[in-house]
Amino acid sequence: MRFLFIFTAVLLLALPAQAAKEEVVLGLSQDRVAITADFDGSEILIFGAVKRETPIPTTEPLQVIVTVSGPQHPVLVRRKERKLGIWINVDSVLVDSAPTFYAVATSAPFSQVLTDTEDLRYQISIKRAIRSVGAAMHIRDAQNFADAVVRVRESEQLYTLRENTVAVDQQTLFRTAIDMPANLTEGTYTARIYLTRSGIVVSNYETTIDVRKVGLERFLFTMSREQPFLYGLMSLAIAIAAGWGASAAFQLLRRG
Amino acid sequence: MQIYLPIAEVSVNAFLLLGLGGMVGILSGMFGVGGGFLMTPLLFFIGIPPAVAVATEANQIVASSFSGVLAHFRRRTVDIKMGLVLQAGGLVGAALGVVVFNYLKAQGQVDLLVKLCYVVFLGVVGGLMFIESLNAIRKSKKSGGAPAPRRQRNWVHALPLKMRFRTSGLYISVIPPMLVGICVGILAAIMGVGGGFIMVPAMIYILGMPTKVVIGTSLFQIITVTAFTTMLHATTNYTVDIVLAVLLLIGGVIGAQIGTRIGVYMKAEQLRILLALMVIIVCGKLALDLLLTPSELYSLGTSGGH
Repeated sequence: MRFLFIFTAVLLLALPAQAAKEEVVLGLSQDRVAITADFDGSEILIFGAVKRETPIPTTEPLQVIVTVSGPQHPVLVRRKERKLGIWINVDSVLVDSAPTFYAVATSAPFSQVLTDTEDLRYQISIKRAIRSVGAAMHIRDAQNFADAVVRVRESEQLYTLRENTVAVDQQTLFRTAIDMPANLTEGTYTARIYLTRSGIVVSNYETTIDVRKVGLERFLFTMSREQPFLYGLMSLAIAIAAGWGASAAFQLLRRG
Repeated sequence: MQIYLPIAEVSVNAFLLLGLGGMVGILSGMFGVGGGFLMTPLLFFIGIPPAVAVATEANQIVASSFSGVLAHFRRRTVDIKMGLVLQAGGLVGAALGVVVFNYLKAQGQVDLLVKLCYVVFLGVVGGLMFIESLNAIRKSKKSGGAPAPRRQRNWVHALPLKMRFRTSGLYISVIPPMLVGICVGILAAIMGVGGGFIMVPAMIYILGMPTKVVIGTSLFQIITVTAFTTMLHATTNYTVDIVLAVLLLIGGVIGAQIGTRIGVYMKAEQLRILLALMVIIVCGKLALDLLLTPSELYSLGTSGGH
């Protein structure tokens, strides 16, 4: 009886220690990305440590997954069909939300660091990151449209799975670098870090990275949306000035 | 040097754009065309979204046409009255064109429409020009080149609402120039071109205007229509990319002046046959895109077009 009591007490103590005692302490090389006129992509260094008050569990090695996700937007996917000999858009499906950018970096092959059920729960893999609920009745293969979003964006390097790119030291320190391509859209990006053991998430952490157009880019973009008339006039003024300038300059050249 | 375009939201090489602008500028200077019909497909090829390419190209044409029309004003080869009639038609056409453009954008068919327009018009114009210049070369080899017979009176002269166009030496109804203006306006809005390559043959063969005033008048009309198109696209679609426009027009205006110089050293028939070949090549490339099975059947767009 007494033996059983001790055993239960140890078990009760040990369980929360396993589940909640490992926490992420995170650092980012930058928490904002400025899209300037000469923006040519950016690399964000994500690093951190695992804080724990108990010794390192000896069961399975600690694995780390880092995801960076762009803002979620609905995407209208269209499919071409051959009609009268030419290829035209026929069917379309609205994918309810898909990130404009999505990168997953892992410390080992993806299937080893995360089980499918945990993926379903935390929505980590690329195919889980996009959400497609309803399609029109006449379209039976809505999944193909969702797959197309992944395929197209993977080919544009917007969605990437980078296995074995998170370095983990002594099961405590981890770091990775995420490349952000030049064709980024602005918005609030989310960085998520998951610690896993035997494919089960033991701890996670979330932070944001602000991606914004700045300076001239910001000014022109805002103006084109808020003062479209003025923006149009400005475009025309520049065009006319350039046309007149070239003509005048060439007159001078011809005379001189 | 990469430049991030604020409206197109893509990063492209600035020198590539300057080079493209310059190249098309040289061609447009050589052949006396706006070059929009070459530039817009080239912008598609380098990955600028079609809607942005069409709207921005309209803005660039304003610059190159303005540069050109000043020279024609100095030589007094602009029929202002005819130009104003064409413009009136052009503005109506451009407004119609933007409405059609926006409707099809919502339907997801805008790329198809733009490309179809290109294939049809480039094919027809390129083909006709090629045959015509081949004949001209053959004729000039046979004889010293007989002067073309003066145009006869046709249905154009039978319509009501006649008006006198002194610079062109014409007394015709305003209906045909209005219709030509409307057609070119629609094309300008949909295709992002000035429409010179349609307008010039229409003025010569349908309206019977003397060749020397045709180019100046066409440029004069194109400025107004493309400026109007630019404003419509800027206020309804927000697709005019000013950074892209500036890069293209710097290359364009310089190229145009160089092209004009090169053009002087070449024979008219040779120039026309080269232009015709170029038009046919662009047309062929676009036609293949429509006819061949695409490698990616799916395309992504933003929602909320309705």
